[in-house]
Amino acid sequence: MNENNVLKVNSLTVGYTWKPVLWEIDFEIPQGKIVGVVGPNGAGKSTLLKSVMGVVPVTNGSVGIFGQPLDEVRKRVSYVPQRESVDWDFPASVFDVVMMGRYGRLGLLSRPRKADKEVVLDCLEKVGMADFAKRQISQLSGGQQQRVFIARALAQQADLYLLDEPFAGVDAATEETIIRLLRKMSEENKTLVVVHHDLQSVKKYFDWVIMLNVDLVAYGPTETVFTEENIKKTYGGKLTFLSDDGNMIADLYTIQEK
Amino acid sequence: MMQVLIDFFSFSDPNIRYVVLGSMLLAASSAIVGVFIVLKKKALIGDAVSHSVLPGICAAFLFAGSKNIPLMIVGAFISGWLAIVMIDFITRHSKIKKDAAISIILTVFFGLGIVMLTYIQHNGYASQSGLESFIFGNAAALIGNDVIVFSVIAVVLVVIVIAFFKEFTLMAFDEPYAKTLGLPVSRLELLLTTLTVLAVVTGITAVGVVLMAAMLITPAAAARFWSDNIRKIVVISACFGAFSGLAGAFISYMAPAMPTGPWMVVASSCIAFFSFFFAPGRGSVSLWWRKRQHITDLNRRVG
Repeated sequence: MNENNVLKVNSLTVGYTWKPVLWEIDFEIPQGKIVGVVGPNGAGKSTLLKSVMGVVPVTNGSVGIFGQPLDEVRKRVSYVPQRESVDWDFPASVFDVVMMGRYGRLGLLSRPRKADKEVVLDCLEKVGMADFAKRQISQLSGGQQQRVFIARALAQQADLYLLDEPFAGVDAATEETIIRLLRKMSEENKTLVVVHHDLQSVKKYFDWVIMLNVDLVAYGPTETVFTEENIKKTYGGKLTFLSDDGNMIADLYTIQEK
Repeated sequence: MMQVLIDFFSFSDPNIRYVVLGSMLLAASSAIVGVFIVLKKKALIGDAVSHSVLPGICAAFLFAGSKNIPLMIVGAFISGWLAIVMIDFITRHSKIKKDAAISIILTVFFGLGIVMLTYIQHNGYASQSGLESFIFGNAAALIGNDVIVFSVIAVVLVVIVIAFFKEFTLMAFDEPYAKTLGLPVSRLELLLTTLTVLAVVTGITAVGVVLMAAMLITPAAAARFWSDNIRKIVVISACFGAFSGLAGAFISYMAPAMPTGPWMVVASSCIAFFSFFFAPGRGSVSLWWRKRQHITDLNRRVG
C-alpha cells in the first residue's frame, strides 16, 4: 500500500448554500501519524471531517481513503463526533453506546454476539471506563462522555480515525488519557486526524498539522509547517483584532514556554 | 355497574372482543412506534402526519365510492407521506422554520380533509360511510374484517420495530454517526416514517385523526419517566397504550354516546400526569424529595 494514501483529498469544495465552507482543499496524510486540524471558528474543520465521512454532501472534488472511495472502506474508517452533537439524556447505558460502534460490522437484523461484547469491554478498558459499563450516560461528566465516544470509535476496529474536538471541555486527566491512547494507536500504525483548537498544545500533540481557514493554508510535519507566519495566515485578522499591539502570537509562544 | 363489568370483561359478545382487542392492539403498536418519535424529538411531526392523512382517506373513499380499508390505507399513506415531504421541502428551500412549516402543512391538509369530508357527507354517502367517526374515533365501528386488517398491520409494526430495534435506537441517538457506519440511514428513515403513517392509519377508526398524535406520543412520554433503558421504555409504553385502549373501549361500551378516541387520550393523559409526578427517580415528587434531602444534608454538615 502506498504509504501516502491513507487519506487523500482532491480539490474538495463544500458549500451549504452559496458561500463555500471549504474551498479547493488538497492534501495527503501518511500512515501512522497523529494529524491536527487547526483553524479559527468557521474555518470548516468539522465540515472537513464530515465531508470525508460522507455526512455532509461534497460540492466538488473527491476523497480517497486507502486509495479507494469511502463506501469500499467504511469498516476501516471511524468517526468521533463532537460531544455536544447528541442528547446525553438518551435512555442508554455506557455499554449500549459503545456497542453502537459494532453495528456497522454486525449489519442489519443481526444481534451482537459474545465476541462483540468482549470488544466493547476491551475498548472501555482502553479509555479507563471499564467500571462504568452499566452507568447511565446521563450521569457522565464531560470527560467521561468524551471517553465513551472514543471507546465507541475504537469498537469499530478501524485503521483511520477522525476525531472532532476530543479535547474540548475535558478535564486534565481525560486529556492525558486520550493523548496517551492516541499515541499508542499511532504506534500500532493507526492514523488519527484530530480537530483541535488549542494552539499551545499543537506542537506537543501532533506529528502533522493541517492549517485551515476555508482555504487550505498549509499542511505537513508540525515542526516545518506550524510556523508563526502560517499561524498568522490562518488566524490572520482575528488574532490582531484580539490584541492591540499585534503580539498575540508572541504571547501565545511565551505562554507555551511557561 | 357490576353486571356491566362482567358483561364487558367476559368478552362473550364477539363485538366486544373485536373492539377491545382492536383498541388495545392499535394503541400498543402506536405507543411502540411513538417511543422512537419522542426520542428523535419529532413529536410535532407525528401530530402533522396524523392530521394530514385525512384528505388521503377521503380521496380513497371518493375513488372507491365506499369504505375500502386497503385503499384507504394507501390514500392515508400517500397524503401523510406527502405532508412530510412538503414540510421538509419548505424548511430546506425557504426562510420558514420547521415549527411554522409543520403548522402550515398540518392545517392545510386537515382543512382540505374536512372540506372533502363535508362534501362526502352532503352527497348521500353519509349514512353508510361511517367516515365521520374518523374525526374523533369510534371503537364500536371496529367490526369483523376491519379488526383483522388492523391487527395484521399492528403485528407487522411490532415485528419491524423489533427487527430494526438497534438501528432505530442508534438513529434516534446519533444519526450522523449511523451514516458514517454505512447504515442505509435514509431508507431506515423512510421505514420509520412509514411505520408512523401505518400506526396512525390503524388507529384512525378507533381514535380519530384529531387525537391520534396523543396515542403516538403520550404513552411514550409517560414511559420515559419509568426507566432509563430503551427496551424497558418500549415495553412500558406498549402497556400504557394497551391499557388506555382498554379504558377507552370500556367507557364507550358503558356509554355508547361517548367517543372512544378522546377517552383513550384521557386515560393515557392520566397515566402521563401520574408518571410526571410520582414516577420513582425521574418524577417531580421524587426529584423534589431528593433535593430536599440533599439540602438538609448540606445544612447539617455546614451547621
